[in-house]
Amino acid sequence: MSSAVTKVTQPAESEAARQAPEPASTEPATTGPATTGNGQGTDGPSGATPGPRGPATDYSGYPLVAAKHPWRWVGTAAVALGVAAVAWSLATNPRWEWGVVAQWFTAQSVINGLLETLKLTAISGLLGFVLGFILALMRLSASPLLVSVSWTFSWIFRSTPLLVQMLLWYNLGYLYEKVSLGIPFTDVRFFEVQTTTLISQFAAAVLGLTLNQAAYSAEIIRGGILSVDQGQLEAAAALGIPAWRRSTRIVLPQAMRAILPTAFNEIIGLVKGTSIVYVLAYSELFYTVQVIYNRTQQVLPLLLVATLWYVVITSVLSVFQYYIERHYSKGAVRTLPLTPLQKARKFFATHAVAPNRARSHR
Amino acid sequence: MSTATAAQPSTETSTAAAAAVSGPTRGLVEITKVRKSFGATEVLKGITLTVEPGGVAVIVGPSGSGKSTLLRTINHLEKVDGGHIAIDGTLVGYEVRGKRLHELREKEILKQRTGIGMVFQNFNLFPHLTALENVVEAPVVAQGRSKEEARRRGLELLDRVGLKDRAGAYPRQLSGGQQQRVAIARALALDPKILLFDEPTSALDPELVNEVLDVIRELAKSGTTLIIVTHEMGFARDVADTVVFMDEGQIVEQGSPQEIFTNPQEPRTRSFFSKVLEPAFNI
Repeated sequence: MSSAVTKVTQPAESEAARQAPEPASTEPATTGPATTGNGQGTDGPSGATPGPRGPATDYSGYPLVAAKHPWRWVGTAAVALGVAAVAWSLATNPRWEWGVVAQWFTAQSVINGLLETLKLTAISGLLGFVLGFILALMRLSASPLLVSVSWTFSWIFRSTPLLVQMLLWYNLGYLYEKVSLGIPFTDVRFFEVQTTTLISQFAAAVLGLTLNQAAYSAEIIRGGILSVDQGQLEAAAALGIPAWRRSTRIVLPQAMRAILPTAFNEIIGLVKGTSIVYVLAYSELFYTVQVIYNRTQQVLPLLLVATLWYVVITSVLSVFQYYIERHYSKGAVRTLPLTPLQKARKFFATHAVAPNRARSHR
Repeated sequence: MSTATAAQPSTETSTAAAAAVSGPTRGLVEITKVRKSFGATEVLKGITLTVEPGGVAVIVGPSGSGKSTLLRTINHLEKVDGGHIAIDGTLVGYEVRGKRLHELREKEILKQRTGIGMVFQNFNLFPHLTALENVVEAPVVAQGRSKEEARRRGLELLDRVGLKDRAGAYPRQLSGGQQQRVAIARALALDPKILLFDEPTSALDPELVNEVLDVIRELAKSGTTLIIVTHEMGFARDVADTVVFMDEGQIVEQGSPQEIFTNPQEPRTRSFFSKVLEPAFNI
């Protein structure tokens, strides 16, 4: 074989060797006349001895043509038709009452409701995930007590309907007239307050949403932490890095990749989940819209107003999600994918440059 | 090895820098009757081993013989069930109070570990940090050095392992051999008295093994105590002061590479080497 290797110096030649390995090196004399018909070997360096090339042909000068996908075009056309039909019906069916939607979309009361929704989401989302992080660490700790407390918390709050939790917190005053801070089983009290003054609608809403969110996010964060290789903790421990720093600097940033997609699912769910506080007559977006349509009887357009705002919030959150996920994929992928903005820039850059290049070639 | 004499307090001739970091003894490892079980399996059955300051001990033996576990007990990543380990006369992970050995608190154990560098089979670099950030992390948070100083020293160490120009690269952008060299720089950043290598080349492609072994060879000359678990017999013969052969949780035999490789006394040692030492390649 070594003699063949020394001869094969050009790409075209190696192609020939691959396609006809047996006769290539051994029988130049016998195959000589058979290959002259191809005529391709004449411009190579071995053109003087066309014999050894065998029946292989050099296609390296041929242009490449990509495969065609006619069904892709059919599919695209069908989907485009469907989308157009839906858009047409949304625009032309007068019962959607777009005028009413536009009228209420930015009404002061709706905006106030929207702000309340955002406030509830932000506060209970933040508190829920902080508490969830603590619960996850408890669950993963070596202490059996902390593990069982964390487990029981998740068990109770995941098995109680959110609606029940809301009503329970709001009616806490019925169960316990006063809330006090003191030493258990003694008469010492540092602080005492009527439950009904402590638990407003807002407090009940935040309590219910936070505790519920914490139970779910604890599991999400725990899953993320478990997805990080044990060797990471070991290496950090071997380097003498303290436990808290190991969690926050080494494990959590890596866990974030697994946590983020599900966490954003939860937050987006929470945005709409806040609508459940209408049972407390708390004037967030959904309750506000309900109050309005009970008065005006324009049920569908007003539900559309609320829906459109939820769409806007979800869209904004999705953009955040994209960039935050991208941030945490640092080091996890060899090269970061381009952002849509960068893609657009690249598109325009290459398309602006292309004519220049074409000109320079001519 | 001349390190035994250099370690004596009387040698005033040694440079001030060396004297500042090295006490009267630096990197003496004494393992005494160490036992360890995982469930019902006893993986270490009373190991006693001394590695002199600046010495290079290479532990060889079949897989499952307890080599890695022994290595991991030295920096208390693995708790022992019996026996003890001392570095320069100080117990690792425990202190004597009354007639008992009390386990130290996490904080003190972490402090002890900063004197013992460890290099893992799977590198265990932090993938979300760059090579330099990997090296700088521990000196800053575990030893309280300034970021600027740690950075300067980190670049120095990356230069030493031949990777200065890759300081900003993430581990996944590096080859296996490069990753392991960064891991060695990371272990060196704490200026440890002792370096533990747990099969440092086992996860590497054959052509990348030597770049890592070359770095370890350099370290062997530096006066740091090295304890190396490896399957690279040629390297072991090359670099070791002492070769330790372990099997089934016990030290079967130890001695100079010359003694162990060319004239093993125990039948178990002989049978192991007859399997792993192939006749030299003729290419």
